[in-house]
Amino acid sequence: MRKKRVQGSKGSRVEPSDGTCARVAVGLPTDAEPGLDPSTPQPLDPSSFVTIHVMGKAYEVPAGLTIMNAMEYAGYQFIRGCGCRGGFCGACGTVYRTKDSYKLKVGLACQTVIEDGMFLTQLPFYPANKAKYDIETLEPTTQTLVRYYPEIMRCISCNSCTKICPQDIDVMGYINAAIRGDHEAVADMSFDCIMCGLCASRCPAEIVHYNVGLLARRIVGAKLHKRASDLAERLKEIEAGECEPGVDKLTQMSEEELSKRFYDKKIRDIEPR
Amino acid sequence: MVYPESMRESIKRLEGTRKERMDQEFVMRTADQKKELLKGFHPDYIEESMRELTVGPNKGQRTPHELADVLEAYPVSDVGGLDFGSPDYDVDVLVIGGGGAGVSAALVAKEAGANVLLVTKLRVGDANTRMAQGGIQGADKPNDSPERHYLDVLGGGHFKNVPELAKALVMDAPGVVTWLEKLGVMFDKEDDGTMKTIHGGGTSRKRMHFCRDYTGAEIMRVLRDEMLNHDVPEVEFAAAIELLTDSKGAVSGAVLVNLETGQKRIVRAKTTILATGGCGRLHMQGFPCTNHYGATADGLVLAYRVGAELAFIDTIQYHPTGVAYPEQIVGLLITEKVRSLGAHLVNSEGNRFIYELESRDITASAIIRECREQKKGIDTPTGGVGVWLDSPLLDVLKGEGFVRSSLPAMFHQFARYDIEMDKVPVLTYPTQHYQNGGILVNGKAETGVKGLYAAGETVGGIHGRNRLMGNSLLDILVFGRRAGEAAAEAAKAMKQAPEIGASHVGPFVEELKAAGVPKDRRSPKLLPDYRRPEMQGRYAFLGPECTPA
Repeated sequence: MRKKRVQGSKGSRVEPSDGTCARVAVGLPTDAEPGLDPSTPQPLDPSSFVTIHVMGKAYEVPAGLTIMNAMEYAGYQFIRGCGCRGGFCGACGTVYRTKDSYKLKVGLACQTVIEDGMFLTQLPFYPANKAKYDIETLEPTTQTLVRYYPEIMRCISCNSCTKICPQDIDVMGYINAAIRGDHEAVADMSFDCIMCGLCASRCPAEIVHYNVGLLARRIVGAKLHKRASDLAERLKEIEAGECEPGVDKLTQMSEEELSKRFYDKKIRDIEPR
Repeated sequence: MVYPESMRESIKRLEGTRKERMDQEFVMRTADQKKELLKGFHPDYIEESMRELTVGPNKGQRTPHELADVLEAYPVSDVGGLDFGSPDYDVDVLVIGGGGAGVSAALVAKEAGANVLLVTKLRVGDANTRMAQGGIQGADKPNDSPERHYLDVLGGGHFKNVPELAKALVMDAPGVVTWLEKLGVMFDKEDDGTMKTIHGGGTSRKRMHFCRDYTGAEIMRVLRDEMLNHDVPEVEFAAAIELLTDSKGAVSGAVLVNLETGQKRIVRAKTTILATGGCGRLHMQGFPCTNHYGATADGLVLAYRVGAELAFIDTIQYHPTGVAYPEQIVGLLITEKVRSLGAHLVNSEGNRFIYELESRDITASAIIRECREQKKGIDTPTGGVGVWLDSPLLDVLKGEGFVRSSLPAMFHQFARYDIEMDKVPVLTYPTQHYQNGGILVNGKAETGVKGLYAAGETVGGIHGRNRLMGNSLLDILVFGRRAGEAAAEAAKAMKQAPEIGASHVGPFVEELKAAGVPKDRRSPKLLPDYRRPEMQGRYAFLGPECTPA
């Protein structure tokens, strides 16, 4: 719900904002020359403001922003709680509640659009244990994951991990697969994990799910999938010095000679897409 | 689907032409046509976007104003008064930066027996590496060769690449991919172990290896895990603000600042590796960018002050396909893999206008031309413009469900805004992506300054004037490993700990003064400031009158 600028509800003091929602709100520099680039977005509607509560404190911010942009608009300069800003790094996991709902919701601050009346806090760090292993000498069995992370046996199937995952991963499902020792299933199901740690923060069994997934994926990549024979062959050729003369010849060529070869379809034919 | 009515009309046209487009042959541009496109439409060719540097090793060379503003700037803090008598850390090899280049350098240096310290201004793994989706190149298939890879790299770079560096890149590639395979990076493979490989823009063979569309994230999480397994010492949220030097000007460590407490720490190191990444967050010409929060060119600044020469600093890579809609994610990356797999770029009339796998500078220029000159872009409600990327075509070509399973990160990205890219196309426009240039190194990752090495995006010369897709995940590992090896070796050859001081800073500051550089211009920037204008530059708890510097 959008609204005109009003004072905050329920007696919370609102940090006044002057409505100059600038480029900064969408992550752009403020000194950029307007109109220089057609991709430069115009300011969002400055008349439409909502109230968000950052760790309990209310701020009026333009509607339509992501949580991250809204917090920056409000005056926060991130040190923690901000990473790639593109949904890949897990730095900005955020939990929040909205008006009139008991539900605990979750999202990445860089990807989640603010709602009027939302109460939020970031969880940029959560303590976690990580097993140490030598992936080269490790011989996986169905017991390997349980051996390194015995706490997975304490899973009570409450599904809190799955419910809080901002990547919509079936976290409990892959922990169950880990208990069965099904590495392939764990690896496949956990693949989209960005290791934000929200699952670990909610787990009554104190499991650090994302580290279990990581170990399973490394086992699958290093031990269970067959090695690429083409790759091994080429590496042998390189080590035997068979590839170097050809490359060396090219390093000696002039721009003109290289260009001629590059555009010559007989020398540099293109494999069909 | 949440596209407004005004945008939906052109989607109908796109759907109408899909079948005939599938049979359409598109020829690649000739050398002359490429030149013309670049001159007319590539942002690097806008004369007034750059200026000549007035101080330092690259004095007289042109670079974007935004980069010049951090290179020609006073230190953020005067480190001259620090007590250099008792450094807080005393190590063989100092690695600055915790992305793919830094972590691989640290792993290799540790393996070589060096006492290593890795410092990074955010978390280990907070880097553009993590965001690279498309893949990593390596000439391993029977129909391919390092020689062929070399020719592709040079063609992409307009034949300006430093040959020694391009050679290192292609010759090390199969070894690097093998290293990752052994570490357990989960590449997409056939059942018999054969790597699945695809094209990237400008490749003549399918040599792009990938892990769904999380290639960089998968590599980074494995490398970080390996670093933790090997107990490589690391300090997070510790930004390097100045390098230290001995009386002869060789680099011998760095001054760090704890970003949370402000405390300064001194590191003495026999050798130092800069792996600080790129410059996207300087926002050249006001472009949005695909980069990580920390991409502020800090390494270039530190290296420049100790006298290291930079290369190709007048060329920035604009990725052809940044998000142009919805507003909240404008400028983020739509991986090139979408085009590699077969998606078309389509204008408002439903027509293709460029072969989609030209190199990035060419494709980006073609999109800009289509929007600006041809006026065949699609306008967004907030004043933006873009062209369609026909992603649903992939399901038509490869079967239903293909987009969701092979591009999960991309699908998720748009689904958050109710745009299902297997059903509707996505709108795209070029976005600032990569720093083609950087610190000039040789094949051993040595800079022009003794004791200083560099690896990753902060380096220049490997890719000439334009990098191909899949060669950056490759170069950070090739040169990260080479830097780790060379820096460890050099450190082991040094019998005693080096002198440390900051005597190089004074003369540089004098140069700045003589050139009339404004006093309030300071660097490294460390983090961008996206607070609204009247809040910027102030300490939040002290008010506007107490600005830093």
